[in-house]
Amino acid sequence: MWGREWLVRVLAAMSGGVDSAVAAARAVAAGHDVTGVHLALARNPQTYRTGARGCCTLEDSRDARRAADVIGIPFYVWDMADRFHADVVDDFVAEYAAGRTPNPCLRCNEKIKFTAVLDRAVALGFDAVVTGHHARLGTDGLLRRSVDVAKDQSYVLAVLTREQLDRSMFPLGDSTKAQVRAEAAERGLAVADKPDSHDICFIADGDTRGFLAGRLGAAPGDVVDASTGAVVGSHTGAYAYTVGQRRGLHLDRPAPDGRPRYVLSITPKTNTVTVGPAEALEVSQVHAERPVWTGGPRPDAPVECDVQLRAHGEVVPATVALDGDRLHAELRRPVRGVAAGQAVVAYRPDPAGDVVLGSATISG
Amino acid sequence: MAYLDHAATTPMLDEALEAYVATAREVGNASSLHAAGRRARRRVEESRERVAAVLGARPSEVIFTGGGTESDNLAVKGIFWARRGADADRRRVVSSAVEHHAVLDAVDWLAEHEGAEVGWLPVDAAGRLDPEALRAELAAHADRVAVVTAMWANNEVGTVQPVAELAAVAAEHGVPFHTDAIQAVGQVPVDFGASGVAALTVTGHKLGGPTGVGALLLARDVAATPLLHGGGQERDVRSGTLDTAGIVAFAVAVESAVKGQQEYAARVAALRDDLIERVRQAVPEVIYNGDPVDRLPGNAHFSFPGCEGDALLLLLDAQGIACSTGSACSAGVAQPSHVLLAMGADDDRARSSLRFTLGHSSTQAEIDALVAALPAAVDRARRAAAPRTPR
Repeated sequence: MWGREWLVRVLAAMSGGVDSAVAAARAVAAGHDVTGVHLALARNPQTYRTGARGCCTLEDSRDARRAADVIGIPFYVWDMADRFHADVVDDFVAEYAAGRTPNPCLRCNEKIKFTAVLDRAVALGFDAVVTGHHARLGTDGLLRRSVDVAKDQSYVLAVLTREQLDRSMFPLGDSTKAQVRAEAAERGLAVADKPDSHDICFIADGDTRGFLAGRLGAAPGDVVDASTGAVVGSHTGAYAYTVGQRRGLHLDRPAPDGRPRYVLSITPKTNTVTVGPAEALEVSQVHAERPVWTGGPRPDAPVECDVQLRAHGEVVPATVALDGDRLHAELRRPVRGVAAGQAVVAYRPDPAGDVVLGSATISG
Repeated sequence: MAYLDHAATTPMLDEALEAYVATAREVGNASSLHAAGRRARRRVEESRERVAAVLGARPSEVIFTGGGTESDNLAVKGIFWARRGADADRRRVVSSAVEHHAVLDAVDWLAEHEGAEVGWLPVDAAGRLDPEALRAELAAHADRVAVVTAMWANNEVGTVQPVAELAAVAAEHGVPFHTDAIQAVGQVPVDFGASGVAALTVTGHKLGGPTGVGALLLARDVAATPLLHGGGQERDVRSGTLDTAGIVAFAVAVESAVKGQQEYAARVAALRDDLIERVRQAVPEVIYNGDPVDRLPGNAHFSFPGCEGDALLLLLDAQGIACSTGSACSAGVAQPSHVLLAMGADDDRARSSLRFTLGHSSTQAEIDALVAALPAAVDRARRAAAPRTPR
């Protein structure tokens, strides 16, 4: 059961996609008093991804409005462009510039949907925000993975605090994407067949490296081999690389052993990209900061659980310990490609859906 | 429902709706030569005469169009092109900072694409134009001015402009003066001939007529280059098969609105004054925008300090009260009003504003409903706008 036992006034965040449309429709069907809101996030909507691929275009705004019409709820557009640019886009650029790999969807949930929008909604008299995220949030208040594991979005919601979760509704967690699409078609929602959004909504052509180069400028530097310290290539901006990346390195000199090399780290201070063999990517210790713990009381002792270190990444058993503003995870087996800036999310395995215990931002 | 957004559109008058339906049942293209065509033509010409009679124009000066935006574009661009065509030096357009976007954007387009230069006339804190500013503008540039355009009454704050004085200044210099009178007709006395303007825009749906039909009153000696080319149905200035039913209903509505203007204005202004008084009592810190005297009878426009207009709109909408932030929308996103900014308001005050406009269907009960709902809405909107501590 995703809903509340009592009926409330809820604000449905409607992106123009099929998920948020069905979520809003289910909130209405459950008897809640629902108002739809589309967030205008683009300063110039034409530059954002169109139709199928984004969430911020004029076409998406129209799709959201038409879904609200069909569902029969009031609909407004809220201009969140300034907040979005400050808290998500600028943050995205700054994180890359600092050598980290941010997840803008996670940041948007944290800062926009469940802070700026939720705060405004609550102040205006709404009790909760309903979204089309694929995750379960039952009457027990626990956030769990969606039944559709392939579409599960609990990772990008794990950053939410107890207060934020208490004012959230995720009506889709018990359904697969296919079921959501079928229900949209049954309800006469034109977005039933709209393709899923992918990638980053504010990067029009999907070229993250080009986007960053446009914002940060060219900053040529060296690509260095981790074991020898030798310069093995050059780059036009260290910010454009991600830990674990193999493609697009354009190294001048092959490794002595002829094996592929990967980005091991990015050092903004020296504008250096360090590369090495795959096994050097392996990490067993994960340090993270700004922990959030919602799966129960904050634990004093280390917790045996699973952790996930990036969106749709593998899940590994670990021991997680909290210490003030820090979180430490000891992985049972090493994992490759752990990037600072991503979230570490702790899950408790559960046959009724793995439970999000908490999360933190990976620092190293 | 309390419908307090008549400046956006008004309900159709029964007599206009009946005239529309009756005419729409008849077949006939007003340009056809047979009996059905002649009947349609007769309906159009009778309508033209009715509109002309109540607005102080000659029938030949009435050009039916597809509404206010088309009429404004035809006047601004059409007169500009015709005047520049006759004299290549005449490429200056004089306009005001508080025009509706139908004029504002047409002027901007001429500047961007047709090499027009623009003289923008300022307004005072009440949104009022000063004829002396136009006099100074024309004293400096009259020989290069193609057209002057200034609205009769403002659609947002309701300020009525000294149109006759402005037109007289333009006439001294022999420059054609266009006025967008969309909000004025039926609200205040409007007489095309007596006002001295060369062109005047009027539209149906602001005065109880249908949407999508309006007119440009264009003095006989003023040339305008067409926007639309085709059959030349309207004085060779406007092409397109005449919308006979729409034109008939439009004429019925214009006639009714103009003939009933005095009685209407007295009734609606009394309601509006009651609204203002009670809003001020309910929310003492409210700022009343626009000219308190030279003002449309149905317009009340406020800034609610500490609130966002669109939050107030949402809250009042949820209580069944329809009003407007009065600002331009693109994809439904509110921009701060260019009118308020031109009046010297800062961004916050512009964003905190709300427009209530009354019309022929307005009742005391609607005012009561607004006054009952407003204090709680303002309270909530203020909390929603208050800065919060970051998490």
